[in-house]
Amino acid sequence: MEHLNKTYPGGKVAVEDFNLEIEKGEFVCFIGTSGSGKTTTMRMINRMLSQTSGTIKLNGEDIGKMDPVKLRRQIGYVIQNIGLMPHMTIRDNITLVPRLLKWPQEKMNERAKEMIKLVELPEDYLDRYPSQLSGGQQQRIGVVRALAADQDLVLMDEPFGALDPITREALQDLVKDLQERLGKTFVFVTHDMDEALKLSTRIVVMDGGKIMQVDTPDGILRHPANEFVENLIGKDRLIQARPSITTVGQVMLKDPIATTPGKSLTDALRLMHDKRVDSLLVTDEAGILKGVIGIEDVDYNFNSATSVSDIMKKDLFYVQSSSLIRDTVERILKRGLKNIPVVDDNHRLVGIVTRATLVDIVYDALWGDEEADEETNNIHHGEDADSASAKGGEA
Amino acid sequence: MMSFLQTYGAQLLLKTWQHLYISAIALLLGVIVAVPIGVLLTRANDTVANVVMSIASMLQTIPAMALLALMIPFFGIGSVPAIIALFIYSLLPILRNTYLGMKDVEPALIDAAKGMGMTSGQSIIKVEVPMAAPVIMAGIRLSATYVIAWAALASYIGAGGLGDFIFNGLNLYRTDLILGGSIPVIILALVVDWLLGKLEAAVTPRTTQA
Ligand SMILES: Nc1ncnc2c1ncn2[C@@H]1O[C@H](COP(=O)(O)OP(=O)(O)O)[C@@H](O)[C@H]1O
Ligand SMILES: [Mg+2]
Repeated sequence: MEHLNKTYPGGKVAVEDFNLEIEKGEFVCFIGTSGSGKTTTMRMINRMLSQTSGTIKLNGEDIGKMDPVKLRRQIGYVIQNIGLMPHMTIRDNITLVPRLLKWPQEKMNERAKEMIKLVELPEDYLDRYPSQLSGGQQQRIGVVRALAADQDLVLMDEPFGALDPITREALQDLVKDLQERLGKTFVFVTHDMDEALKLSTRIVVMDGGKIMQVDTPDGILRHPANEFVENLIGKDRLIQARPSITTVGQVMLKDPIATTPGKSLTDALRLMHDKRVDSLLVTDEAGILKGVIGIEDVDYNFNSATSVSDIMKKDLFYVQSSSLIRDTVERILKRGLKNIPVVDDNHRLVGIVTRATLVDIVYDALWGDEEADEETNNIHHGEDADSASAKGGEA
Repeated sequence: MMSFLQTYGAQLLLKTWQHLYISAIALLLGVIVAVPIGVLLTRANDTVANVVMSIASMLQTIPAMALLALMIPFFGIGSVPAIIALFIYSLLPILRNTYLGMKDVEPALIDAAKGMGMTSGQSIIKVEVPMAAPVIMAGIRLSATYVIAWAALASYIGAGGLGDFIFNGLNLYRTDLILGGSIPVIILALVVDWLLGKLEAAVTPRTTQA
C-alpha cells in the first residue's frame, strides 16, 4: 500500500498517507482507538471502499485495475457480526464463494467437509442452520468460509470482539494456527492489544488515520515509538514486558570491585576500605570468576590466613549476563542475596547486580516512565538509546 | 338462501370467477411491476426512492370511483380499464413493503455478501430478496385484500364481477342481492388471504433444520 489516503464525502479524513508492505504469510494487526481508520484501511484492500488517492497492489498488481468482484472472491473476509447467511445451511455458507466461482459440486462437498474438520466441528453440523450454532461456533464457520476458496489473503475486522474470552482465545489459536500451518496472510483489525500481541507477526498502530508505528510485537513492547503507543500498550503490559525482555547485562553495574586469589588479606582489606564495600569478588588473572570474600571472613581469619585464596568461598551464586531479568529476578530476591556477580559465557566476571539495582528494576517496572527514567538512566540507558531510533511508520 | 342459490347460482359462479379473474390479473401485474421497482429503489439514491414512493402514495389516495371513471376516456369500459385501475391500487403496498423489507435486511449480511464477491444482482437474488420475502409477501397479501374489495366497484364501469350483484341490489333495494354479492367478496378475500399466507410461509426462508 502506497501513500494511501481516504477522505469520506463530507471531508472526514479517515486515512492519511498510509504506507505498508505486507509479506506473504504475515499476520498483520491494525490496532488503534475507535475511529483511527483501521476498518477504512482494511476495506480498501478488497475495494469495499475506494481510496481517495494512493495505490494498493496485490502480488504486484494494482487492485484498482482489477475487477472488484473477482478481487473479493480471492480475498477472505470476516466481519465482527459474523455475517453468516441465516437462510443457508452451514454447508452452503462455507461453500458460498466456491459456488460463486462455479466449482463442481463434488469439490464443494469435499471442501465443506475439510473445512468443518479444520474447525473441529462434527460433520453433521453441515446440514444445520447458523441459528442452531453458538456464537463461537458460528464465527468458526465465518473464519473457514473465508478460506474455503483457497484465499491466500484473509481480512478480518474485529472478528472476535463479541465473543466471550474463552471462545475468543480458542478462535485466536485457530487463526494463528491457520496462518502458521497453511501460510495464509492475515490482515486483522482489533482494538485489543493482547490479541494483537498474541497473533501478529507485525503490528500497525494507527491513530487519527495515520500510522504511529509498525513493528513486531516484541519491538512494540520494547520500543514504543511515542506516548500514544505506550498508552495503547498500557502500563500493565509494559511492566510485564520490561523484565521479560531486559537482560541482566543491561541492568548490572559494570566494573565490579574484584581482587585476585594471590593477593594478601591486607591488600584485600585495604581495597574494601578504599571502595567502601563489605565484600570482594575474586577472579583470576584472566578475569574468570573464582569466588568471593566477605568482611566477616577477613575479620575471622585475619591471623590464620595470608592470601585471599585461603578464605574465599568458591561456591557462590552468580548469573549470566545474557539471561533475562524475568527469569532471574525472582531467584535473586528469594535467596536474599546482597550482591550477585554477573558472568559472560566464558565465565568471566563482567558485572554485579546489587540490591539497589533490584530496587531500581522493580521500581522501574511498576512506575517506570517519565519520572523514573531520570533516576534509572544508568540502569538501562542501552535500552533507551535503541528506542530513540525505533520510529516506525514506514514499510 | 337455497332459493337465492337456485335462482342465481350459475350467475354467482360466473361473477365470482370474473371477480377473481380481474383481481388476480391486477395483482399479478402489480407484483410484476412493484417488486422489481421496490428492489431497484434500494439501489437508487434516497431522493429518487422518496419521489417514487410519494407518487405511489398519491395514486393510492385517488378515490376509487374517480380512478375508475378516469379510466373510461382512455380505455373505454369493460374489464381492461378495471384491471388497470386495480393494478394501480395494488402498487403501493407491494412497492412499500418490498422497499422497506429490502432496506431492513441486516447491513452486515449485505456487506458480507458483497465482501465475499457477490455481484449486486447475486446479492439481491440470493440474499436480500429471500431475507425480505416475508415482508414482501405481507405487502402482496395486503394488496390482494384491497384489490378484491375494490374489484366490487369495477362493475360500475362494466367489468362484471360480484359488484354486479351489489349494484343491482342497491338500485332495486334488494337486500338479498346486496348480501349475495358482498358475502362472496368477503369469503373470496379471506380465502385468497389464507392461500397467500400459505405461500408466504413457503417463501419464508428456512433458518432451522426440519
Ligand atoms: N461512511 C463514512 N462516512 C464518513 N465518515 C466515516 C465513514 N466511515 C467511517 N468514518 C469516519 O472515519 C474515521 C475512521 O473510521 P474507521 O475506519 O471505521 O475507524 P476504526 O475502524 O479504526 O474504528 C472515523 O472518524 C469515522 O467516524
Ligand atoms: Mg472499525
